[in-house]
Amino acid sequence: MKEEIISAEHLAFRYQGMDGAPDVTVFENLNLAIEEGSFTAVLGTNGCGKSTLAKHFNSILLPTGGKVYVCGLDTSDPDRLMAVRRNVGMVFQNPDNQIVANVVEEDVAFGPENLGIASPEIRRRVDVALKQVGMYEYREHAPHLLSGGQKQRIAIAGVIAMEPKCIVLDEPTAMLDPQGRRDVIDTVKRLNKEKGITVVLITHHMDEAAQADRVVVLDKGTVAADGTPREVFSQVKLLHDMGLAAPESVELCWAMDQLGYDLPLTMLEPKECAQVLYDWLKA
Amino acid sequence: MEPILQVKDLNYVYSAGTPFEHRALENVNFTLNRGEFVGIIGHTGSGKSTLMQQLNGLLKPTSGQVFLDGVDIWTDKKTTRQARFRVGLVFQYPEYQLFEETVYKDIAFGPQNMGLSQEEIHRRVLEAAGFVGITQRQLQASPFDLSGGQKRRVAIAGVIAMEPEVLILDEPTAGLDPIGRAEILGNIESYRKAKNATIMMVSHSMEDVARMTDRLLVLYGSHLAMDAPPAQVFARAQELVDMGLNIPQVTQIFLCLRELGLDVENVYTREQAVSLLRRMKEERVHA
Repeated sequence: MKEEIISAEHLAFRYQGMDGAPDVTVFENLNLAIEEGSFTAVLGTNGCGKSTLAKHFNSILLPTGGKVYVCGLDTSDPDRLMAVRRNVGMVFQNPDNQIVANVVEEDVAFGPENLGIASPEIRRRVDVALKQVGMYEYREHAPHLLSGGQKQRIAIAGVIAMEPKCIVLDEPTAMLDPQGRRDVIDTVKRLNKEKGITVVLITHHMDEAAQADRVVVLDKGTVAADGTPREVFSQVKLLHDMGLAAPESVELCWAMDQLGYDLPLTMLEPKECAQVLYDWLKA
Repeated sequence: MEPILQVKDLNYVYSAGTPFEHRALENVNFTLNRGEFVGIIGHTGSGKSTLMQQLNGLLKPTSGQVFLDGVDIWTDKKTTRQARFRVGLVFQYPEYQLFEETVYKDIAFGPQNMGLSQEEIHRRVLEAAGFVGITQRQLQASPFDLSGGQKRRVAIAGVIAMEPEVLILDEPTAGLDPIGRAEILGNIESYRKAKNATIMMVSHSMEDVARMTDRLLVLYGSHLAMDAPPAQVFARAQELVDMGLNIPQVTQIFLCLRELGLDVENVYTREQAVSLLRRMKEERVHA
């Protein structure tokens, strides 16, 4: 068993109600562990607690009950705050809200500068980070003139320049065009496979989740499904009941099954789905 | 088909005459018909948002014209003002534009600016709320107490309440879960049907535009690269990918089937795929 990099143990979290309204309970008793070096996708409907959970992973929010540990550090220990944030970097949905400088490379340098790292080392890290996200040739460009996908990759570079062990991405592709989405997901996968960075990806796009090693489905503050993409997405009925969906390949086979045909629900990619349909038609 | 909005030789240049000069739209021509559901797809920076803002007079063309019912919307001030009511725009993440104390007041804001009577405003607010599934009780709530998907529906209702003949939406489903997406698309469709309104929807979801629209406009590098029904547009898969776009996953599956040697037609929605597969299977069984 690999080492756990993040673990939520009996996590409880409650928001205070506004203007005397009752408190809102997001989690009562959530248990979840993320293995070091893994690529986990987190799915769930709007309001299920995905973003709230992500914000617990680097001490933006602190549990009202239970504990969250990052690399064995208690996230609610104020003395460990910097260490926690150095280990877990976050990327949010809107690229425009997370870019601070007027030049790409200065933006990427912002994080390491705040860690008090020496200049030559910052230079090295910025160059490495920009190359890893495929944006090195844009290092002297103005971020606001880049496309959404490019800006999002700059935001990812800014996070990896801090050399975290884990990055948490909260719907990083929601505002991007198809090419931007492909580039961001490919970048994240590469960082995971080649650099061994642990990735937690929160998404509403089932085809993105299908590319992870593990899919966790949150529903009403609890883990409703957890397994490999094939295991989770083949539970189509459960997903539909929660207001979610499976990748289109699985949905197509499911629709055929509903008509009385017998097709497997484990085909996540168009190519493998086509092969199964071909064999079935020929049979 | 009865034309409602016509765009003729439209050009738009940002920061003309400066080193930052940028041609956002070049020689764009198309016509929208009454009751049509049209999708716009294009990569970031292809000119989608600029085009949207030309259609109700928020931006003035550098050259070329926009006609609403045959009249140039820039004829005079009154015509331009009318165009802003008759062509409704819903921007990206419109829920950030909510500001009133109650949902009711927020939806009523647009009609109030049109100088309508109180009874008419009331009727419109209720009707618009009905289109987007906002209940009587929610009308009295603060918009900030609603969920993300509900807020977005309130924002859309605020535009629908002006009863635009053309409703233009920029990525109305971005950031929503599958149920939320389906609800919003259903709301838009029911408005179109009830009022025979023209809908123009900007989207990055090929699945959404494939399912909803009668026709697709593809913008690429400030040009209108394609203007055709989804079936014809998605038949040009490689061109779309080269433009930074994509095709629906079912279309990909059927392209793979063709590569495997099956003689299948082009499919772009799940419903079509199911009925085609079914037919092929039955034919085989009975052959």
